[in-house]
Amino acid sequence: MNVLVYLVPLALGLGLVGLFAFLWALRSGQYSDMDGAALRILQDDDVEK
Amino acid sequence: MSAALDLSLYARPDDDGRLSLDLAVDGVTCGACIGRIEGAVKQLPGVAEARLNYTNRRLHVAWTQGALEPSRIIETLEAQGYHGHPFVALRAEEEEAAEARRLTRCVAVAGFAAMNIMLLSVSVWSGNVSDMTGETRDFFHWASALIALPAAAYAGRPFFASAWRALKARSTNMDVPISIGVTLALGMSLVETAHHAREAYFDSAIMLLFFLLVGRALEHAMRRRTRAVAGNLAALKAETANRFAGDDLVTVPVAALRAGDRLLVKPGERVPADGRIEAGRSEIDESLITGETARRAIAPGAIVYAGSLNYAGALTLTVTAAGGATLIDEIETLLEKAASAKSRAMRLADRASRIYAPVVHATAALTGIGWLLAGASLHDALVTAIAVLIITCPCALALAIPAVQVVASGALFRANVILNAGDAIERLAEADVVVFDKTGTLTLPEPRVVAPGSLDPELMQIAARLALSSRHPLAVAVAREAATRVPFDGAIEETGRGVRALVDGVEARLGSAAFCGLDEPASLPGLSHIYFAYGARSLAVAVAQSLRPDAIETVARLRALGLDLRILSGDRAEAVAPVAKALGITSWGAALTPADKISLIDNLKQIGRRVLMVGDGLNDAPSLAAAHVSLSPISAADLTQAQADAVFLGERLAPVADAIVIARRARRRMSENLWFAATYNAIAVPFAILGFVTPLIAALAMSGSSLTVTLNALRARGGRR
Repeated sequence: MNVLVYLVPLALGLGLVGLFAFLWALRSGQYSDMDGAALRILQDDDVEK
Repeated sequence: MSAALDLSLYARPDDDGRLSLDLAVDGVTCGACIGRIEGAVKQLPGVAEARLNYTNRRLHVAWTQGALEPSRIIETLEAQGYHGHPFVALRAEEEEAAEARRLTRCVAVAGFAAMNIMLLSVSVWSGNVSDMTGETRDFFHWASALIALPAAAYAGRPFFASAWRALKARSTNMDVPISIGVTLALGMSLVETAHHAREAYFDSAIMLLFFLLVGRALEHAMRRRTRAVAGNLAALKAETANRFAGDDLVTVPVAALRAGDRLLVKPGERVPADGRIEAGRSEIDESLITGETARRAIAPGAIVYAGSLNYAGALTLTVTAAGGATLIDEIETLLEKAASAKSRAMRLADRASRIYAPVVHATAALTGIGWLLAGASLHDALVTAIAVLIITCPCALALAIPAVQVVASGALFRANVILNAGDAIERLAEADVVVFDKTGTLTLPEPRVVAPGSLDPELMQIAARLALSSRHPLAVAVAREAATRVPFDGAIEETGRGVRALVDGVEARLGSAAFCGLDEPASLPGLSHIYFAYGARSLAVAVAQSLRPDAIETVARLRALGLDLRILSGDRAEAVAPVAKALGITSWGAALTPADKISLIDNLKQIGRRVLMVGDGLNDAPSLAAAHVSLSPISAADLTQAQADAVFLGERLAPVADAIVIARRARRRMSENLWFAATYNAIAVPFAILGFVTPLIAALAMSGSSLTVTLNALRARGGRR
């Protein structure tokens, strides 16, 4: 069972990466306009015609 | 508009040395609006950033200082068919946004910790019934402790801080037993882990925090959503004033007015601030202030109050009090008295927690002492006592009421009712008397044409289209009947007399009887007439305060709900009687001063009635504060709205009845939830006292009861209507 000694911290580390990714997204304001984000993805104004 | 719009009050410098402005945008209906608005505004010279927040309908624009006149932004929006209203976020709103971010971070941390600890705990539980070695179990427990302790220290702060504040104020709230439970559970688990025990409660403590934080974050999100809508409505309502700057006129936001400013008030505009008339004669409608519908004639030297509607002529006035100072002395004193005398009903949740905490703590203490007396070791007695605290930790109880409040305020929001006070739902459900103001509450805030169907439709359409060119309040009422929004070319308004235009080569005139060359008939009380002449044909259009379109149905619905209905109005008896008769309300009072209204409400309170006051005028503000619970329409005076527990939108009266139905349903769900939480404890506590509760049972019982309470709260949503 020695494998647990590094597998458990590894799993925790991966979880922490997810947590920090969420906190970063929150800080950069990605959750401030939930309805708008759903509609903006349909806009193609960044495509040069 | 001849006067330039001055927005310098609203533009703020941002971090990059640019100026920025926030606008509440009206008319955003679909996703395409985002591109259209941002695209148009970005075309303006100097604009560095334009971003529309679709969720709360606000546009943020930043531009290089000096490169752009901010009023151009509003003009650009107008050209695209939207209305932009400058907006300053209130301090309270900014603080709430920061609080929401803090709560979300706590939820994220607690969620991460709860998932990982549960992973370890499930391994321990299955290991305990199979072949896990003691070393592995200790390792898992230490790993759990390593996650749980920092997570609890971070995510538990909202509870610890609130509990500490309550204790410092020598009172108690729901957060006190929560904090004690979590701290003891973690402490005991740590000690048990150090002694190589089979069980630890890390998972229970963190899961408890996670559930409670989710509940709290949802409650906060709902409050912020209604707050944002209320903020936009305030910005939409915020009026502008025409201020003299030397000989020029500048349009400024009312918030920028100072005492001593000279203003021009055109016919059809509301007086923006309290002031003294310098020049001009007119008639003004003060129904928003006193409830009185008869107009008052004013001349230079007269005092006018903010919110009065100017009818006939242009007025020049000197501001005596602006902004927050706009208040009639009498109402101010009454308001202070009513607010201080008001004994707020204690909230259901506080009442429950006040009984709950001592009972739970006494039970835990008695359990410990009981086991000691029965001969158990100090360690075993303590473990059992703490298990009692953990199992009774008021997870379900703490969610029971907030969860219902979240769901019910969402339902109210869809019914066009915006809550100002969180506990208004409970008080709305208790109301058994509804006291209505008349003017602007039962009736529409603006006068309407009486029986438009009885008038010649062809003439009426010409009159209505001509009326589009006038801002006189009577003409505005006529213009509502117009099928088109396009005014006639070359229409000329003669201030104080009427408006005229050539229609198909024939002159059409709308205005006073003399202006149209007609004889004025004897006037009836409560009715105003505006006249229309088109060639040889003519029309006398009667305009009056009319009931809200669904007032009669709504009053019938309220009666069917078992409510006692009354009208207390500041208007004359001959104006109130027909309204009361049409609605079938027998108990009404007229010509009441604000003090009279309060004493009538106090009489009702003294015989144990719970009064719901619905009113809009400045004269209603004290009675709104004195009543058990209060509602006001969105058209109400600002001060009045601030006193109301909730504000309803739109022309219909139905939200009043809807609010009571939703509140009563919510109240039932709340007591069901409280009973459920009590029953759960009554069953679980004996097991805990006897020492049968393992961490597995605690986890199952706590998440089960929290889920049940939350699901039951969802029923407060109800069907459509």
